[in-house]
Amino acid sequence: MLLETRNLGKSFGGLLAVDELQLQVPEESLYGLIGPNGAGKTTVFNLLSGFVTPTAGQIFFHGREITGLPPERITRLGVARTFQNIRLFEDLSVLDNVLVGFHCRRRASWWQAALRFPGYLREERVHTAKGRALLEEVGLADAAGDRAGQLPYGHQRRLEIARALATGPRLLLLDEPAAGLNPQETGELMDFLLSVHREHRLTILVIEHNLRLVMGLCEQITVLDHGLTLAAGPPREVRHNPAVIKAYLGQELG
Amino acid sequence: MRLLNNVAVFILLAASYQLINGVCGQFHLGPNAFIALGAYTATLLTMAPAEKAANFLLTPLVWPLSQIALPFPLALLAGGLVAAGFGFLTGFPVFRVRGDYLAIVTLGFGEVVRVLANNLQGLTNGPLGLKGLQPYTTLWWSWGAAAAAVAFMVALVNSDYGRTLKAIRDDETAARAMGVDSFRHLLLAYILSSFFFGVGGGLLAHLITTISPSLFTFFLTFNLLIIIVAGGLGSITGAVLAAALFTLGGEWLRVVEEPQVLFGLHLPGIPGMRMVIFSFLLLLVILYFRRGLLGGREFTWAGIRRVWGRFS
Repeated sequence: MLLETRNLGKSFGGLLAVDELQLQVPEESLYGLIGPNGAGKTTVFNLLSGFVTPTAGQIFFHGREITGLPPERITRLGVARTFQNIRLFEDLSVLDNVLVGFHCRRRASWWQAALRFPGYLREERVHTAKGRALLEEVGLADAAGDRAGQLPYGHQRRLEIARALATGPRLLLLDEPAAGLNPQETGELMDFLLSVHREHRLTILVIEHNLRLVMGLCEQITVLDHGLTLAAGPPREVRHNPAVIKAYLGQELG
Repeated sequence: MRLLNNVAVFILLAASYQLINGVCGQFHLGPNAFIALGAYTATLLTMAPAEKAANFLLTPLVWPLSQIALPFPLALLAGGLVAAGFGFLTGFPVFRVRGDYLAIVTLGFGEVVRVLANNLQGLTNGPLGLKGLQPYTTLWWSWGAAAAAVAFMVALVNSDYGRTLKAIRDDETAARAMGVDSFRHLLLAYILSSFFFGVGGGLLAHLITTISPSLFTFFLTFNLLIIIVAGGLGSITGAVLAAALFTLGGEWLRVVEEPQVLFGLHLPGIPGMRMVIFSFLLLLVILYFRRGLLGGREFTWAGIRRVWGRFS
Protein backbone atom coordinates (compact mmCIF):
# COMPACT_ATOMS: atom_id res chain seq x y z
CA MET A 1 0.00 0.00 0.00
CA LEU A 2 1.28 3.45 -0.86
CA LEU A 3 -1.07 5.20 1.53
CA GLU A 4 -2.84 3.67 4.46
CA THR A 5 -4.87 5.15 7.30
CA ARG A 6 -5.73 3.25 10.45
CA ASN A 7 -8.80 4.34 12.41
CA LEU A 8 -8.13 7.91 11.33
CA GLY A 9 -10.37 10.39 13.10
CA LYS A 10 -10.76 14.12 13.55
CA SER A 11 -13.25 15.97 15.68
CA PHE A 12 -13.64 19.74 15.79
CA GLY A 13 -15.00 20.38 19.28
CA GLY A 14 -18.08 18.17 19.44
CA LEU A 15 -18.29 17.65 15.69
CA LEU A 16 -16.93 14.40 14.31
CA ALA A 17 -15.66 15.37 10.87
CA VAL A 18 -13.94 12.06 10.14
CA ASP A 19 -14.34 8.86 12.09
CA GLU A 20 -12.61 5.49 11.92
CA LEU A 21 -11.38 5.95 8.37
CA GLN A 22 -9.55 2.95 6.92
CA LEU A 23 -8.17 4.03 3.60
CA GLN A 24 -5.97 1.72 1.55
CA VAL A 25 -4.59 3.27 -1.59
CA PRO A 26 -2.44 0.85 -3.65
CA GLU A 27 0.66 2.00 -5.55
CA GLU A 28 0.01 3.49 -9.00
CA SER A 29 -3.76 3.41 -8.61
CA LEU A 30 -6.49 5.90 -9.34
CA TYR A 31 -8.56 6.24 -6.21
CA GLY A 32 -11.73 8.23 -5.65
CA LEU A 33 -13.15 9.73 -2.50
CA ILE A 34 -16.77 10.79 -2.87
CA GLY A 35 -19.64 11.81 -0.65
CA PRO A 36 -22.29 14.49 -0.25
CA ASN A 37 -21.44 18.01 0.92
CA GLY A 38 -20.14 18.07 4.46
CA ALA A 39 -19.16 14.40 4.36
CA GLY A 40 -15.62 15.21 5.56
CA LYS A 41 -13.76 14.70 2.29
CA THR A 42 -11.71 17.88 2.44
CA THR A 43 -10.90 17.21 6.09
CA VAL A 44 -9.48 13.85 5.00
CA PHE A 45 -7.23 15.69 2.53
CA ASN A 46 -6.16 18.18 5.18
CA LEU A 47 -5.30 15.28 7.47
CA LEU A 48 -3.33 13.45 4.78
CA SER A 49 -1.39 16.57 3.74
CA GLY A 50 -0.66 17.64 7.30
CA PHE A 51 -2.68 20.86 7.48
CA VAL A 52 -4.87 19.34 10.20
CA THR A 53 -3.59 17.01 12.91
CA PRO A 54 -5.76 13.97 13.58
CA THR A 55 -7.41 13.43 16.96
CA ALA A 56 -7.27 9.66 16.48
CA GLY A 57 -5.57 7.05 14.36
CA GLN A 58 -2.48 6.96 12.19
CA ILE A 59 -1.43 7.69 8.61
CA PHE A 60 1.23 5.67 6.79
CA PHE A 61 2.86 6.68 3.54
CA HIS A 62 5.00 4.02 1.93
CA GLY A 63 5.14 2.16 5.20
CA ARG A 64 6.37 5.20 7.10
CA GLU A 65 4.18 6.91 9.67
CA ILE A 66 3.47 10.54 8.75
CA THR A 67 0.82 11.29 11.37
CA GLY A 68 1.25 14.82 12.70
CA LEU A 69 4.12 15.86 10.41
CA PRO A 70 3.92 19.46 9.12
CA PRO A 71 2.69 19.92 5.52
CA GLU A 72 6.11 20.87 4.11
CA ARG A 73 7.67 17.64 5.41
CA ILE A 74 4.87 15.52 3.98
CA THR A 75 5.23 17.20 0.59
CA ARG A 76 8.95 16.51 0.60
CA LEU A 77 8.22 12.84 1.29
CA GLY A 78 6.20 12.77 -1.93
CA VAL A 79 2.59 13.79 -1.31
CA ALA A 80 1.38 16.80 -3.33
CA ARG A 81 -2.05 18.36 -3.31
CA THR A 82 -4.31 20.90 -4.95
CA PHE A 83 -7.01 22.94 -3.28
CA GLN A 84 -10.76 23.01 -3.73
CA ASN A 85 -10.70 26.81 -4.09
CA ILE A 86 -7.63 27.24 -6.31
CA ARG A 87 -4.66 28.70 -4.44
CA LEU A 88 -2.08 29.96 -6.91
CA PHE A 89 0.66 32.50 -6.25
CA GLU A 90 -1.33 35.10 -8.12
CA ASP A 91 1.31 37.82 -8.41
CA LEU A 92 3.94 35.43 -9.76
CA SER A 93 4.22 34.38 -13.38
CA VAL A 94 2.89 31.03 -14.54
CA LEU A 95 6.42 29.64 -14.87
CA ASP A 96 7.42 30.98 -11.45
CA ASN A 97 4.46 29.18 -9.88
CA VAL A 98 5.82 25.90 -11.18
CA LEU A 99 9.38 26.78 -10.17
CA VAL A 100 8.25 27.29 -6.55
CA GLY A 101 7.18 23.65 -6.71
CA PHE A 102 10.80 22.66 -7.46
CA HIS A 103 12.14 24.71 -4.56
CA CYS A 104 11.82 21.89 -2.04
CA ARG A 105 14.21 19.74 -4.13
CA ARG A 106 16.95 22.38 -4.18
CA ARG A 107 20.44 21.82 -2.91
CA ALA A 108 21.87 25.37 -3.20
CA SER A 109 21.50 27.47 -0.05
CA TRP A 110 20.22 31.05 0.09
CA TRP A 111 23.64 32.67 0.05
CA GLN A 112 24.80 30.50 -2.82
CA ALA A 113 21.67 31.64 -4.66
CA ALA A 114 22.27 35.32 -3.87
CA LEU A 115 25.94 35.10 -4.90
CA ARG A 116 25.00 33.14 -8.05
CA PHE A 117 27.22 30.14 -7.40
CA PRO A 118 27.66 27.89 -10.46
CA GLY A 119 25.84 25.05 -8.70
CA TYR A 120 22.83 27.30 -8.13
CA LEU A 121 22.80 28.52 -11.74
CA ARG A 122 22.99 24.94 -13.00
CA GLU A 123 20.06 23.96 -10.78
CA GLU A 124 18.07 26.98 -11.93
CA ARG A 125 18.66 26.04 -15.58
CA VAL A 126 17.61 22.43 -15.02
CA HIS A 127 14.49 23.43 -13.09
CA THR A 128 13.49 26.07 -15.62
CA ALA A 129 13.75 23.50 -18.43
CA LYS A 130 11.75 20.96 -16.42
CA GLY A 131 9.20 23.65 -15.53
CA ARG A 132 8.72 24.54 -19.20
CA ALA A 133 8.30 20.86 -20.03
CA LEU A 134 5.60 20.58 -17.34
CA LEU A 135 3.80 23.65 -18.74
CA GLU A 136 4.01 22.07 -22.18
CA GLU A 137 2.41 18.94 -20.77
CA VAL A 138 -0.55 20.80 -19.25
CA GLY A 139 -0.90 23.00 -22.34
CA LEU A 140 0.19 26.28 -20.76
CA ALA A 141 3.54 26.72 -22.53
CA ASP A 142 2.37 29.88 -24.28
CA ALA A 143 1.24 31.48 -21.02
CA ALA A 144 4.57 30.93 -19.19
CA GLY A 145 5.22 34.66 -18.73
CA ASP A 146 1.66 35.69 -17.79
CA ARG A 147 0.60 36.58 -14.28
CA ALA A 148 -0.98 33.47 -12.75
CA GLY A 149 -3.94 35.44 -11.34
CA GLN A 150 -4.94 36.52 -14.84
CA LEU A 151 -5.30 33.04 -16.28
CA PRO A 152 -8.78 31.79 -17.16
CA TYR A 153 -10.32 29.50 -14.56
CA GLY A 154 -9.74 26.20 -16.33
CA HIS A 155 -6.09 27.06 -16.93
CA GLN A 156 -5.63 27.96 -13.26
CA ARG A 157 -6.75 24.43 -12.39
CA ARG A 158 -4.19 22.97 -14.79
CA LEU A 159 -1.46 25.23 -13.45
CA GLU A 160 -2.21 24.11 -9.92
CA ILE A 161 -1.76 20.49 -11.01
CA ALA A 162 1.48 21.34 -12.86
CA ARG A 163 2.79 23.08 -9.74
CA ALA A 164 1.93 20.06 -7.61
CA LEU A 165 3.73 17.77 -10.10
CA ALA A 166 6.84 19.96 -9.82
CA THR A 167 7.35 18.88 -6.21
CA GLY A 168 8.06 15.37 -7.51
CA PRO A 169 5.20 13.50 -5.82
CA ARG A 170 4.41 9.79 -5.76
CA LEU A 171 0.90 10.53 -4.56
CA LEU A 172 -1.20 13.38 -5.92
CA LEU A 173 -4.24 14.56 -3.95
CA LEU A 174 -6.75 16.41 -6.12
CA ASP A 175 -9.54 18.28 -4.35
CA GLU A 176 -12.48 18.61 -6.76
CA PRO A 177 -10.44 19.18 -9.93
CA ALA A 178 -13.57 19.33 -12.09
CA ALA A 179 -15.40 21.93 -9.99
CA GLY A 180 -16.67 24.72 -12.25
CA LEU A 181 -15.74 22.95 -15.49
CA ASN A 182 -18.27 22.25 -18.26
CA PRO A 183 -18.80 18.67 -19.54
CA GLN A 184 -16.33 19.10 -22.39
CA GLU A 185 -13.63 20.49 -20.11
CA THR A 186 -14.33 17.68 -17.66
CA GLY A 187 -13.74 15.16 -20.43
CA GLU A 188 -10.43 16.84 -21.29
CA LEU A 189 -9.45 16.86 -17.63
CA MET A 190 -10.13 13.13 -17.42
CA ASP A 191 -7.86 12.40 -20.39
CA PHE A 192 -5.25 14.71 -18.92
CA LEU A 193 -5.32 12.96 -15.53
CA LEU A 194 -5.04 9.57 -17.20
CA SER A 195 -2.00 10.70 -19.18
CA VAL A 196 -0.39 12.22 -16.06
CA HIS A 197 -1.05 8.97 -14.23
CA ARG A 198 0.67 6.99 -16.98
CA GLU A 199 3.55 9.38 -17.73
CA HIS A 200 4.59 10.00 -14.14
CA ARG A 201 3.59 6.56 -12.82
CA LEU A 202 1.68 8.45 -10.21
CA THR A 203 -0.92 7.43 -7.69
CA ILE A 204 -3.86 9.81 -7.74
CA LEU A 205 -6.41 10.24 -4.97
CA VAL A 206 -9.24 12.44 -6.10
CA ILE A 207 -12.19 14.04 -4.31
CA GLU A 208 -14.99 14.75 -6.71
CA HIS A 209 -18.67 15.56 -6.90
CA ASN A 210 -18.81 14.83 -10.58
CA LEU A 211 -19.73 11.14 -10.55
CA ARG A 212 -19.14 10.74 -14.28
CA LEU A 213 -15.48 11.67 -13.76
CA VAL A 214 -15.02 9.49 -10.70
CA MET A 215 -16.77 6.47 -12.17
CA GLY A 216 -14.87 6.83 -15.42
CA LEU A 217 -11.45 7.48 -13.88
CA CYS A 218 -11.12 5.60 -10.65
CA GLU A 219 -10.35 1.95 -10.04
CA GLN A 220 -11.34 2.11 -6.38
CA ILE A 221 -13.77 4.36 -4.55
CA THR A 222 -14.49 5.14 -0.92
CA VAL A 223 -17.78 6.83 -0.08
CA LEU A 224 -18.03 9.05 2.97
CA ASP A 225 -21.08 10.51 4.67
CA HIS A 226 -21.04 12.54 7.87
CA GLY A 227 -17.47 11.41 8.53
CA LEU A 228 -18.35 7.72 8.30
CA THR A 229 -17.29 5.30 5.58
CA LEU A 230 -20.42 4.12 3.78
CA ALA A 231 -18.80 1.87 1.22
CA ALA A 232 -15.51 1.04 -0.45
CA GLY A 233 -14.71 -0.91 -3.58
CA PRO A 234 -14.65 -0.74 -7.37
CA PRO A 235 -17.07 1.78 -8.98
CA ARG A 236 -19.53 -0.86 -10.18
CA GLU A 237 -20.08 -2.28 -6.70
CA VAL A 238 -20.26 1.12 -5.02
CA ARG A 239 -22.81 2.41 -7.50
CA HIS A 240 -25.33 -0.26 -6.53
CA ASN A 241 -24.74 -0.08 -2.80
CA PRO A 242 -28.10 0.80 -1.13
CA ALA A 243 -26.47 2.95 1.55
CA VAL A 244 -24.72 5.04 -1.10
CA ILE A 245 -27.90 5.50 -3.11
CA LYS A 246 -29.68 6.57 0.05
CA ALA A 247 -27.03 9.12 0.95
CA TYR A 248 -26.99 10.63 -2.51
CA LEU A 249 -30.65 10.44 -3.54
CA GLY A 250 -32.45 10.19 -0.21
CA GLN A 251 -34.77 7.42 0.90
CA GLU A 252 -38.08 6.80 -0.72
CA LEU A 253 -41.01 7.93 1.36
CA GLY A 254 -43.60 5.52 2.62
CA MET B 1 28.11 65.82 1.86
CA ARG B 2 26.03 65.10 4.86
CA LEU B 3 22.90 65.02 2.74
CA LEU B 4 24.42 62.47 0.35
CA ASN B 5 25.48 60.36 3.31
CA ASN B 6 21.95 60.55 4.62
CA VAL B 7 20.56 59.43 1.26
CA ALA B 8 22.83 56.37 1.30
CA VAL B 9 21.88 55.37 4.84
CA PHE B 10 18.18 55.69 4.07
CA ILE B 11 18.60 53.68 0.88
CA LEU B 12 20.20 50.91 2.94
CA LEU B 13 17.47 51.02 5.60
CA ALA B 14 14.57 51.23 3.13
CA ALA B 15 15.88 48.35 1.01
CA SER B 16 16.22 46.17 4.14
CA TYR B 17 12.69 47.10 5.19
CA GLN B 18 11.40 46.30 1.73
CA LEU B 19 12.87 42.79 2.00
CA ILE B 20 10.79 41.79 5.01
CA ASN B 21 7.75 44.00 4.47
CA GLY B 22 7.32 44.22 0.72
CA VAL B 23 8.87 40.99 -0.53
CA CYS B 24 7.79 38.67 2.28
CA GLY B 25 4.57 40.57 2.97
CA GLN B 26 5.10 40.57 6.74
CA PHE B 27 3.90 43.84 8.28
CA HIS B 28 6.97 44.35 10.47
CA LEU B 29 6.72 47.58 12.49
CA GLY B 30 9.89 47.38 14.56
CA PRO B 31 12.84 48.41 12.36
CA ASN B 32 13.57 51.25 14.80
CA ALA B 33 14.52 48.64 17.42
CA PHE B 34 17.11 47.03 15.17
CA ILE B 35 18.48 50.36 13.99
CA ALA B 36 18.82 51.44 17.63
CA LEU B 37 20.63 48.21 18.53
CA GLY B 38 23.06 48.64 15.65
CA ALA B 39 23.62 52.31 16.48
CA TYR B 40 24.29 51.73 20.17
CA THR B 41 26.46 48.66 19.60
CA ALA B 42 28.63 50.37 16.99
CA THR B 43 28.90 53.55 19.06
CA LEU B 44 29.91 51.77 22.25
CA LEU B 45 32.59 49.91 20.31
CA THR B 46 34.14 52.84 18.44
CA MET B 47 34.22 55.42 21.24
CA ALA B 48 37.59 55.76 22.96
CA PRO B 49 37.59 54.87 26.67
CA ALA B 50 38.24 58.53 27.59
CA GLU B 51 35.24 59.76 25.58
CA LYS B 52 33.09 57.10 27.22
CA ALA B 53 34.16 58.26 30.67
CA ALA B 54 33.26 61.82 29.69
CA ASN B 55 29.80 60.74 28.48
CA PHE B 56 28.81 58.44 31.30
CA LEU B 57 28.70 60.93 34.16
CA LEU B 58 25.78 59.65 36.21
CA THR B 59 26.34 55.90 35.95
CA PRO B 60 29.63 54.52 34.66
CA LEU B 61 29.58 52.22 31.66
CA VAL B 62 29.71 48.50 32.46
CA TRP B 63 33.20 47.06 32.55
CA PRO B 64 34.26 45.33 29.37
CA LEU B 65 32.68 47.96 27.13
CA SER B 66 34.29 50.82 29.03
CA GLN B 67 37.76 49.63 27.93
CA ILE B 68 37.11 48.43 24.36
CA ALA B 69 37.71 50.55 21.28
CA LEU B 70 37.39 48.88 17.88
CA PRO B 71 37.94 50.19 14.36
CA PHE B 72 34.82 51.48 12.60
CA PRO B 73 34.24 48.58 10.11
CA LEU B 74 34.41 46.00 12.87
CA ALA B 75 32.03 48.05 15.00
CA LEU B 76 29.57 48.28 12.10
CA LEU B 77 29.75 44.54 11.61
CA ALA B 78 29.21 44.00 15.32
CA GLY B 79 26.19 46.33 15.19
CA GLY B 80 24.75 44.27 12.36
CA LEU B 81 25.43 41.01 14.18
CA VAL B 82 23.84 42.18 17.43
CA ALA B 83 20.75 43.31 15.52
CA ALA B 84 20.68 40.00 13.63
CA GLY B 85 21.00 38.13 16.94
CA PHE B 86 18.06 40.08 18.32
CA GLY B 87 16.22 39.20 15.12
CA PHE B 88 16.95 35.51 15.64
CA LEU B 89 15.65 35.62 19.24
CA THR B 90 12.53 37.66 18.49
CA GLY B 91 11.84 35.75 15.27
CA PHE B 92 10.44 32.76 17.13
CA PRO B 93 7.63 34.64 18.91
CA VAL B 94 7.09 37.02 15.97
CA PHE B 95 6.44 34.31 13.38
CA ARG B 96 4.00 32.44 15.56
CA VAL B 97 1.49 35.03 14.38
CA ARG B 98 0.70 36.76 11.10
CA GLY B 99 -0.90 39.90 9.77
CA ASP B 100 -2.12 42.52 12.25
CA TYR B 101 -0.91 40.44 15.19
CA LEU B 102 2.60 40.33 13.76
CA ALA B 103 2.46 44.11 13.35
CA ILE B 104 1.54 44.53 17.02
CA VAL B 105 4.23 42.11 18.26
CA THR B 106 6.98 43.82 16.25
CA LEU B 107 5.72 47.26 17.29
CA GLY B 108 5.99 46.03 20.87
CA PHE B 109 9.61 44.92 20.40
CA GLY B 110 10.36 48.35 18.93
CA GLU B 111 9.06 50.02 22.06
CA VAL B 112 10.81 47.56 24.37
CA VAL B 113 14.20 48.40 22.90
CA ARG B 114 13.57 52.14 23.19
CA VAL B 115 12.44 51.81 26.81
CA LEU B 116 15.49 49.68 27.61
CA ALA B 117 17.74 52.28 25.98
CA ASN B 118 16.14 54.89 28.23
CA ASN B 119 16.57 52.89 31.40
CA LEU B 120 19.74 50.83 31.12
CA GLN B 121 21.86 53.80 32.18
CA GLY B 122 25.02 51.75 32.66
CA LEU B 123 24.87 50.60 29.05
CA THR B 124 23.29 53.41 27.06
CA ASN B 125 23.63 56.49 29.29
CA GLY B 126 19.83 56.63 29.32
CA PRO B 127 17.94 59.64 27.97
CA LEU B 128 21.15 61.70 27.93
CA GLY B 129 22.36 59.69 24.97
CA LEU B 130 25.89 59.55 23.66
CA LYS B 131 27.59 62.62 22.28
CA GLY B 132 30.79 63.48 20.49
CA LEU B 133 31.08 60.43 18.23
CA GLN B 134 33.75 60.55 15.57
CA PRO B 135 32.15 61.26 12.17
CA TYR B 136 33.46 58.03 10.66
CA THR B 137 30.60 57.73 8.16
CA THR B 138 32.21 59.03 5.00
CA LEU B 139 30.70 58.83 1.54
CA TRP B 140 32.85 55.76 0.89
CA TRP B 141 31.45 53.91 3.86
CA SER B 142 27.82 54.95 3.49
CA TRP B 143 27.57 54.41 -0.27
CA GLY B 144 29.79 51.34 -0.16
CA ALA B 145 27.58 49.68 2.47
CA ALA B 146 24.37 50.75 0.73
CA ALA B 147 25.57 49.50 -2.67
CA ALA B 148 26.74 46.17 -1.28
CA ALA B 149 23.54 45.62 0.69
CA VAL B 150 21.24 46.60 -2.18
CA ALA B 151 23.18 44.47 -4.67
CA PHE B 152 22.95 41.50 -2.31
CA MET B 153 19.24 41.94 -1.67
CA VAL B 154 18.34 42.47 -5.33
CA ALA B 155 20.31 39.33 -6.21
CA LEU B 156 18.54 37.38 -3.47
CA VAL B 157 15.08 38.64 -4.45
CA ASN B 158 15.72 37.78 -8.10
CA SER B 159 16.87 34.28 -7.20
CA ASP B 160 14.91 31.16 -6.46
CA TYR B 161 14.78 32.17 -2.79
CA GLY B 162 13.20 35.53 -3.60
CA ARG B 163 10.63 33.77 -5.74
CA THR B 164 9.80 31.51 -2.83
CA LEU B 165 9.51 34.45 -0.41
CA LYS B 166 7.07 36.12 -2.79
CA ALA B 167 5.14 32.84 -3.01
CA ILE B 168 4.83 32.86 0.79
CA ARG B 169 3.57 36.45 0.58
CA ASP B 170 0.94 35.50 -2.01
CA ASP B 171 -0.35 32.37 -0.28
CA GLU B 172 1.48 30.84 2.64
CA THR B 173 -0.78 27.77 2.81
CA ALA B 174 -0.13 26.94 -0.83
CA ALA B 175 3.61 27.52 -0.34
CA ARG B 176 3.67 25.02 2.51
CA ALA B 177 1.77 22.56 0.34
CA MET B 178 4.64 22.98 -2.14
CA GLY B 179 7.08 21.78 0.51
CA VAL B 180 8.29 25.26 1.47
CA ASP B 181 9.24 25.59 5.14
CA SER B 182 7.71 29.05 5.47
CA PHE B 183 8.88 29.62 9.04
CA ARG B 184 12.53 29.06 8.11
CA HIS B 185 12.29 31.26 5.03
CA LEU B 186 10.60 34.10 6.88
CA LEU B 187 13.04 33.85 9.77
CA LEU B 188 15.95 34.03 7.34
CA ALA B 189 14.60 37.15 5.62
CA TYR B 190 13.84 38.73 8.99
CA ILE B 191 17.38 38.08 10.28
CA LEU B 192 18.94 39.39 7.06
CA SER B 193 16.92 42.60 7.22
CA SER B 194 17.78 42.90 10.93
CA PHE B 195 21.48 42.64 10.09
CA PHE B 196 21.27 45.43 7.52
CA PHE B 197 19.17 47.56 9.90
CA GLY B 198 21.97 47.17 12.44
CA VAL B 199 24.65 48.19 9.95
CA GLY B 200 22.50 51.15 8.88
CA GLY B 201 22.08 52.14 12.52
CA GLY B 202 25.84 52.16 13.02
CA LEU B 203 26.29 54.32 9.94
CA LEU B 204 23.53 56.68 11.04
CA ALA B 205 25.07 57.09 14.50
CA HIS B 206 28.49 58.01 13.12
CA LEU B 207 26.89 60.38 10.67
CA ILE B 208 24.91 62.51 13.11
CA THR B 209 27.52 61.90 15.87
CA THR B 210 24.95 62.13 18.66
CA ILE B 211 22.46 59.44 19.55
CA SER B 212 19.75 59.19 22.16
CA PRO B 213 16.71 56.94 22.56
CA SER B 214 14.41 59.67 21.21
CA LEU B 215 16.03 59.21 17.79
CA PHE B 216 14.72 55.64 17.51
CA THR B 217 11.02 56.08 18.08
CA PHE B 218 8.26 54.66 15.92
CA PHE B 219 8.56 57.83 13.82
CA LEU B 220 11.70 56.39 12.22
CA THR B 221 9.85 53.22 11.26
CA PHE B 222 6.99 55.33 9.95
CA ASN B 223 9.31 57.27 7.63
CA LEU B 224 10.68 54.01 6.26
CA LEU B 225 7.14 52.74 5.79
CA ILE B 226 6.24 55.83 3.76
CA ILE B 227 9.33 55.25 1.63
CA ILE B 228 8.61 51.63 0.80
CA VAL B 229 4.91 52.23 0.13
CA ALA B 230 5.75 55.15 -2.15
CA GLY B 231 8.42 53.08 -3.91
CA GLY B 232 6.04 50.19 -4.46
CA LEU B 233 5.76 47.27 -2.06
CA GLY B 234 7.92 44.37 -3.16
CA SER B 235 10.41 46.33 -5.25
CA ILE B 236 13.90 46.79 -3.77
CA THR B 237 14.93 49.24 -6.48
CA GLY B 238 11.64 51.11 -5.93
CA ALA B 239 12.59 51.50 -2.28
CA VAL B 240 16.02 52.80 -3.31
CA LEU B 241 14.45 55.39 -5.60
CA ALA B 242 11.87 56.47 -3.04
CA ALA B 243 14.48 56.68 -0.26
CA ALA B 244 16.60 59.01 -2.37
CA LEU B 245 13.62 61.18 -3.31
CA PHE B 246 12.36 61.26 0.28
CA THR B 247 15.70 62.28 1.79
CA LEU B 248 16.56 64.80 -0.89
CA GLY B 249 13.00 66.14 -0.97
CA GLY B 250 13.00 66.60 2.78
CA GLU B 251 16.04 68.81 2.40
CA TRP B 252 14.87 70.81 -0.63
CA LEU B 253 11.48 71.42 0.91
CA ARG B 254 13.14 73.23 3.82
CA VAL B 255 12.78 76.25 1.57
CA VAL B 256 9.05 76.41 2.26
CA GLU B 257 9.64 76.77 5.99
CA GLU B 258 11.81 79.85 5.57
CA PRO B 259 10.51 83.37 4.95
CA GLN B 260 10.35 84.04 1.22
CA VAL B 261 9.67 86.92 -1.11
CA LEU B 262 7.67 85.64 -4.08
CA PHE B 263 6.47 88.07 -6.81
CA GLY B 264 6.76 90.95 -4.36
CA LEU B 265 4.69 89.11 -1.76
CA HIS B 266 6.34 88.60 1.57
CA LEU B 267 5.60 85.05 2.76
CA PRO B 268 6.41 84.12 6.34
CA GLY B 269 7.88 80.66 6.83
CA ILE B 270 5.48 78.13 8.34
CA PRO B 271 7.23 75.53 10.49
CA GLY B 272 5.98 72.04 9.68
CA MET B 273 4.90 73.01 6.17
CA ARG B 274 7.31 70.39 4.84
CA MET B 275 5.31 67.59 6.39
CA VAL B 276 2.07 68.99 4.94
CA ILE B 277 3.57 68.92 1.47
CA PHE B 278 4.96 65.46 2.09
CA SER B 279 1.58 64.14 3.10
CA PHE B 280 0.07 65.71 0.02
CA LEU B 281 2.68 64.13 -2.24
CA LEU B 282 2.11 60.76 -0.60
CA LEU B 283 -1.62 61.14 -1.24
CA LEU B 284 -0.90 61.81 -4.90
CA VAL B 285 1.30 58.73 -5.11
CA ILE B 286 -1.39 56.60 -3.52
CA LEU B 287 -4.09 58.01 -5.78
CA TYR B 288 -2.22 57.83 -9.06
CA PHE B 289 0.36 55.11 -8.50
CA ARG B 290 -1.67 52.81 -6.33
CA ARG B 291 1.05 50.17 -6.31
CA GLY B 292 3.88 52.63 -5.72
CA LEU B 293 6.20 54.37 -8.13
CA LEU B 294 7.57 51.13 -9.53
CA GLY B 295 4.45 49.08 -8.86
CA GLY B 296 6.35 46.20 -7.30
CA ARG B 297 8.56 45.79 -10.36
CA GLU B 298 12.33 46.10 -10.33
CA PHE B 299 14.64 48.26 -12.36
CA THR B 300 16.62 45.88 -14.54
CA TRP B 301 19.17 46.51 -17.24
CA ALA B 302 16.90 44.69 -19.67
CA GLY B 303 14.02 46.99 -18.70
CA ILE B 304 16.16 50.10 -19.14
CA ARG B 305 17.30 48.87 -22.57
CA ARG B 306 13.66 48.25 -23.52
CA VAL B 307 12.62 51.78 -22.58
CA TRP B 308 15.71 53.19 -24.29
CA GLY B 309 14.86 51.23 -27.44
CA ARG B 310 11.39 52.72 -27.48
CA PHE B 311 12.78 56.24 -27.54
CA SER B 312 15.51 55.79 -30.15
